[in-house]
Amino acid sequence: MVASRAIGSLSRFSAFGIPRSRGYICRNFTRSSALLTRTHVNYGVKGDVAVVRLNSPNSKVNTLNKEIQSEFMEVMNEIWANDQIRSAVLISSKPGCFVAGADINMLAACKTSQEATRVSQDGQRIFEKLEKSTKPIVAAISGSCLGGGLELAISCQYRIATKDRKTVLGVPEVLLGILPGAGGTQRLPKMVGIPAAFDMMLTGRNIRADRAKKMGLVDQLVEPLGPGVKPPEERTIEYLEEVAVMFAKGLADKKITPKRDKGLVEKLTSYAMRIPFVRQQVYKTVEEKVRKQTKGLYPAPLKIIDAVKTGIEQGSDAGYLAESQKFGELAMTKESKALMGLYHGQVLCKKNKFGTPQKEVKQLAVLGAGLMGAGIAQVSVDKGLKTLLKDTTVAGLGRGQQQVFKGLNDKVKKKAVTSFERDSIFSNLIGQLDYKDFEKADMVIEAVFEDLSIKHKVLKEVEAVTPDHCVFASNTSALPIKEIAAVSKRPEKVIGMHYFSPVDKMQLLEIITTETTTRDTTASAVALGLKQGKVIIVVKDGPGFYTTRCLAPMMSEVIRILQEGVGPKKLDSLTTGFGFPVGAATLADEVGVDVAQHVAEDLGKAFGERFGGGNVELLKQMVAKGFLGRKSGKGFYIYQEGSKDKNLNSDMDSIFASLKLPAKPEASSDEDIQYRVVTRFVNEAVLCLQEGILATPEEGDIGAVFGLGFPPCLGGPFRFVDLYSAQKIVDRLRKYEAVYGKQFTPCQLLLDHANSPGKKFYQ
Amino acid sequence: MTSILTYTFKNLPSTSKWALRFCVRPLSCSSQLRAAPAVQTKSKKTLAKPNLRNIVVVDGVRIPFLLSGTSYKDLMPHDLARAALLGLLHRTNVPKEVVDYIIFGTVIQEVKTSNVAREAALGAGFSDKTPAHTVTMACISSNQAMTTAVGLIASGQYDVVLAGGVELMSDVPIRHSRKMRKMMLDLSRAKTLGQRLSLLSKFRLNFLSPELPAVAEFSTSETMGHSADRLAAAFAISRLEQDEYALRSHSLAKKAQDEGLLSDIVPFKVPGKETVSKDNGIRPSSLEQMAKLKPAFIKPYGTVTAANSSFLTDGASAMLIMSEDKALAMGYKPKAYLRDFVYVSQDPKDQLLLGPTYATPKVLEKAGLTMSDIDVFEFHEAFSGQILANFKAMDSDWFAQNYMGRKTKVGALPLEKFNAWGGSLSLGHPFGATGCRLVMTAANRLRKEGGQFGLVAACAAGGQGHGMIVETYPK
Repeated sequence: MVASRAIGSLSRFSAFGIPRSRGYICRNFTRSSALLTRTHVNYGVKGDVAVVRLNSPNSKVNTLNKEIQSEFMEVMNEIWANDQIRSAVLISSKPGCFVAGADINMLAACKTSQEATRVSQDGQRIFEKLEKSTKPIVAAISGSCLGGGLELAISCQYRIATKDRKTVLGVPEVLLGILPGAGGTQRLPKMVGIPAAFDMMLTGRNIRADRAKKMGLVDQLVEPLGPGVKPPEERTIEYLEEVAVMFAKGLADKKITPKRDKGLVEKLTSYAMRIPFVRQQVYKTVEEKVRKQTKGLYPAPLKIIDAVKTGIEQGSDAGYLAESQKFGELAMTKESKALMGLYHGQVLCKKNKFGTPQKEVKQLAVLGAGLMGAGIAQVSVDKGLKTLLKDTTVAGLGRGQQQVFKGLNDKVKKKAVTSFERDSIFSNLIGQLDYKDFEKADMVIEAVFEDLSIKHKVLKEVEAVTPDHCVFASNTSALPIKEIAAVSKRPEKVIGMHYFSPVDKMQLLEIITTETTTRDTTASAVALGLKQGKVIIVVKDGPGFYTTRCLAPMMSEVIRILQEGVGPKKLDSLTTGFGFPVGAATLADEVGVDVAQHVAEDLGKAFGERFGGGNVELLKQMVAKGFLGRKSGKGFYIYQEGSKDKNLNSDMDSIFASLKLPAKPEASSDEDIQYRVVTRFVNEAVLCLQEGILATPEEGDIGAVFGLGFPPCLGGPFRFVDLYSAQKIVDRLRKYEAVYGKQFTPCQLLLDHANSPGKKFYQ
Repeated sequence: MTSILTYTFKNLPSTSKWALRFCVRPLSCSSQLRAAPAVQTKSKKTLAKPNLRNIVVVDGVRIPFLLSGTSYKDLMPHDLARAALLGLLHRTNVPKEVVDYIIFGTVIQEVKTSNVAREAALGAGFSDKTPAHTVTMACISSNQAMTTAVGLIASGQYDVVLAGGVELMSDVPIRHSRKMRKMMLDLSRAKTLGQRLSLLSKFRLNFLSPELPAVAEFSTSETMGHSADRLAAAFAISRLEQDEYALRSHSLAKKAQDEGLLSDIVPFKVPGKETVSKDNGIRPSSLEQMAKLKPAFIKPYGTVTAANSSFLTDGASAMLIMSEDKALAMGYKPKAYLRDFVYVSQDPKDQLLLGPTYATPKVLEKAGLTMSDIDVFEFHEAFSGQILANFKAMDSDWFAQNYMGRKTKVGALPLEKFNAWGGSLSLGHPFGATGCRLVMTAANRLRKEGGQFGLVAACAAGGQGHGMIVETYPK
């Protein structure tokens, strides 16, 4: 998840607006005079240590916005002016959050890159003052410390963090298409070394407290406490504060030095980094890697490297200047707008707009221990949900149980859970071959074979044993839920829950409601999905729902392109070059050629000519030859166990040859091929909104990006239309329509947008 | 408990000067820690239950508890257990053939004598027709031995059972690594030279790195001292309070030792060494000296140190438990009744050492007693911080309501009745043997101080706990 509103910056503050006459604060004075007027920041004095508390009102998290920063500087100036205070502790009053980042809206308000640069420079100035403070400042970190929050922390003289799972440190700006603009690119390399700093800034990854301690990002850890005479969270923050005050005193008395002992490896690395030649090599390697991975589609990582490089090679003044300028440039890019849009969409799709269900799901049952069923079971038991996993054979069930165990065990290897926790999580899973205990199930998710008659059979069996309130959810990628519900005694309790494979990695869950599905049933399904950690879109029933329906015309075009003689490798490189994380031919192999054939035929029947283009015969022949994709070892490519290299499947040549179509030169340039694939996708997505399958464009974008790998740098089909203009897309479609016909006819809503340029999906 | 393995008392330098200094300012630490006058004897209802046999402790003994690595260091656990059994036989003169059954508690097991009760009994000359078994429940192992005995007698299976406990921390099983063990086992199964050679070729030097007994809670991987430090912090107990409490324990133990109150001790002639007749871990120090110690677990700012934790101890205890009828028929004058008891368990992470808090109200309610009915409290002291945290937890309405499902707090413990002859912090804590010491101290204190009811409570690894009511036998 893009972790937070994180722009690492503060803006204007009046540094000299406070008279220096506040020196009257005496020992044991616990409240500052200005307390009542401040709402975001207050401070008290413990002995000679000022404890500054951050607390954004009416919010679960602290974000660095204008109010907090101006109050913070007011407070800091009082502290610096007060002779009785010798050191300070900076802490959040919110359990689970130190500072989640800068307020993203501050950046959204900027109209030009100059304005954004100023936002960055203001932040830089504040943090410079902190860094140069003669009174030591200890950042006491509990909960998320991200983006601007981390930049704030690393400007302090000392950092103490709570060692719990909620405490994570990181600079996720790159995920929003920007860079850490309040000194992050300059201070981080000095603090953790150049390689580690690049890793943090280029991946945006969250770092847990214990790891942060090893890296030198924090100086001390505080263990979370259990219950005492207060709730654990409350007392833990208090304890963190007590320890931080102790260290602040020690720093002021020079009994503790902020320097830490480096390990041998660290010493060697930092020594090597002093050699200019080595540094140049590091920049070069990182740049190459970034270029290869981003294919030039994401500007932020390269600018981050630039800013770091400038600071190290040309001194900090140049470095800070480069940082703020590049920050300004990045803030104005389409990519950052697209990525921030995705962030907002994701926040939206993590909420249950259907309200709290009447009955919380406490006992879940999953039918079918295949790849999907076991995956669904894994993400459920993981969150402490008791889950029955039913299959028809011992072998099938055993395979599914092993999949869940392996998934959990991989987490042990990554040290995300202990082996003991793994075992107790795994105990939530009960494998069985019969319907025992289904009378206690609050929800049943079926993940049996995609065949309507089998789905009907299990639906009847399940309804015979489950209680009346039990929700029946079908995990299907294309079968209309209405048809599945047709044989139900309780159609109001039937819903679609379309998970994506692999379930434990893919964040999206598409929930499909029919006309008879009640709101409470939907609320229940959304609540469960959220518990499983999913990003959720809720769509109306229809052939292919939303995601599969968008994918189908795109895949149809892909087949046509292959028939026209473009090789799978070339096609893959064109699609990934456009920003798709997985190439189109590879995607077909991953999804499974048989599944693709199924979908293509079903939706082809439902939607007719619009879904034409490529010949389904190609898929049929592949299936006939056993080329089902990765799962059978052969598809467009040949897959070998343990080998990551994949070679083209030369047996495909005869199939391609038999179905060859003449390429149309007027629509076969590389760019044309990319746009033929993308515009069909976009057109179908907009049609889904037009037809009411989708409720909002946000859900359309989230579904496309998180479920189908639509290029994140474009922000999803709707954001893409907004940012690149509907007119241009309509022009493209018209061009291809002229060559290929109806499949490219733009839908009415898209035409409406093209005709009135002011009309946007996102206002 | 096992965590203390790594931190022994030895880094607290002990000099005779300290003891002197202590004498100058005894118990100056805190007024509330001062001992109060002995309680008056009350005559109350007895806790006898209709249709249930009364179960009595005829007597109980222990060999002196010694810092591990001292006089017992060359012995094996069953040697200590045997010494305790022989001491008990000598003290009570019970004929060996009368003993129906023997149960011992132990924690870190010597693999060779995993049923240490049986080995000790055979060595002590008991009939080979007397069965024996060994139980383990961390620091409340001998409590489990006693209550098992109570169960066997109450259900009418037996009349005379010996219960005890033993721990030898001077020697613990250190194993080969799993890889090495696997290779050795495979080697023993290999049939041909070729198979052996191919197995040997897989040997790597790191196979030789040994596996130490777990110093941590298995479920959470947290050492007990670490958990105790967090517990103390959760209840906001300062380092000074902990040091004061530890000093109290050592001072009271010293006083009890000097006044000869620790009458459950039987001397033990250690083969090849001198006769041991006193506990050797009692070392009252000064707060100033104690303040100099560095935290042992949460570094550098924690509050649990070697001086305010119980230390690694070798020792054994044994107790003669009978049905009242049988004891009287044999002409014994029993010391105490063993009455209601409970076992409790809670979160092994954050409430690892709060067993007494949960056990106390439960066992009182079960027995129909209130806190004020109790004349003598004998609690196991794992850490100063743990004892003080239990005090605070019992005295907190918030904790009672949110974690114990009670409407009101359990109440404050009267310190003047609490561990008045020292505790595990000063006397030592051989994990498997402490429970019997607690019960015998309670019984002896009741007789000495003239009370009727004693409450024994202890915490144990795994987040478990135990509480038992001891009723003095009428004179």
